[in-house]
Amino acid sequence: MKPSAFAYARPRALREVLALLERHGDDAKLLAGGQSLLASLNMRLSAPGILVDIGAIPGLDGIALKGRTLAIGARVTHRAIERSELVAQHVPLLAQAAPHIAHIAIRNAGTLGGSLAMADPAAEWPACCVALQATIVVASKKGKRRIAAGEFFKDLYTTALGAGEMITAVEFQRARKDERHVFLELVRRRGDYAIVGLAARARFARKALSEVQLVYLGVGVKPEPAKAAMAALEGKAADEAAVRAAQAALDSDLSPSADLYTSADAKRHMARVLLARAVAALAG
Amino acid sequence: MDEQIEATITVNGTRVTRRIEPRMHLIDFLREELGLTGSHVACEHGVCGACTVRVDGEIRRGCLTLAVQADGKTVDTVEGLSDSGELAVLQQAFHERNALQCGYCTPGMLLTAQALIKEHPAATREEIREYMSGNLCRCTGYQAIIDAIETVLRTPRKEMLR
Repeated sequence: MKPSAFAYARPRALREVLALLERHGDDAKLLAGGQSLLASLNMRLSAPGILVDIGAIPGLDGIALKGRTLAIGARVTHRAIERSELVAQHVPLLAQAAPHIAHIAIRNAGTLGGSLAMADPAAEWPACCVALQATIVVASKKGKRRIAAGEFFKDLYTTALGAGEMITAVEFQRARKDERHVFLELVRRRGDYAIVGLAARARFARKALSEVQLVYLGVGVKPEPAKAAMAALEGKAADEAAVRAAQAALDSDLSPSADLYTSADAKRHMARVLLARAVAALAG
Repeated sequence: MDEQIEATITVNGTRVTRRIEPRMHLIDFLREELGLTGSHVACEHGVCGACTVRVDGEIRRGCLTLAVQADGKTVDTVEGLSDSGELAVLQQAFHERNALQCGYCTPGMLLTAQALIKEHPAATREEIREYMSGNLCRCTGYQAIIDAIETVLRTPRKEMLR
């Protein structure tokens, strides 16, 4: 379908964007890559009065290493993350996850900030950001603030972004020497939304896992950290007993809903399968 | 609300300036305003790939891009890339391997396949499948399309053009 009519602005400076957001409130939507927004406008799931195109705003499309932090601008595309040597070297979870996002033509346009602001529960970047304990940098007319990824995703398509705020960058801590990252997804077809996915991170030294992060996507209304399973693996060798204990703990962590194709029990099973694969890879 | 925005876009090498309604998709602008009907419209929510065009050298969904977003950019369609000869080898392989029946998906298939050929000249069959996964075909069952692309990748260029 075609979207309903809207006004369009393409400001050249961030302060103009923030002024437009303040003036139009909920009636304004930010347009970056548009790969989720335009699909929802086309289907008339939303009908904003004005789109504010941030395509011409400088300073939103860089990937830069500063000390222990890798900062990625909000308008950096999925494809640029997929191809970045800095990302592959310092935050490999993102490099592993990127190829799972939709298809090439969509990854060429869709952006990191757009995906986070959309907060689709089956999307890859929100789960990665929570697993990496990333910091989301947000700007408004009042200034900047930083939000921990774990506090950012509130509910289905709902974030901690307040009125007049936009994401400008995301900050990731560089992986340490003994840190391992694994991203896994189960899908019916390549590029579809995950039925179940898992962003996993841990340190592995002296044959033991520590600082384990397991964050699932596609099993709830937002990225779901599997806290009991994480605790079950903490300090343990990555052996069969530890995996069994963590899989059993998953039942209290996750309560997936059935969708059109997959029952809740099947999703629980898939989550256990991914957990075993992730632990094997983290200790591999 | 219905205010039109002036945009200048270089389409297949020609600069065009038009006043465009903001909600117009790039694919509709190309087809309806410029008469370039080679790229097709199907699902209109980014799933099928029939509307694939190139923006600043990268493939995009024409239905998930507003025409006004292409202001100042270069857009290439199957028409321009056919005229320049860039797609000739691929088109010949599609013909020879029966990689199309109704042809509706073909322009999008060609643009995605050409991006693959440039980016991964040594792609395996599995990598071809993965790269092409965003373009749907309801006729061929895909085998012939993968065959055609594989043929191009495995055959030296001068042999293909003989």
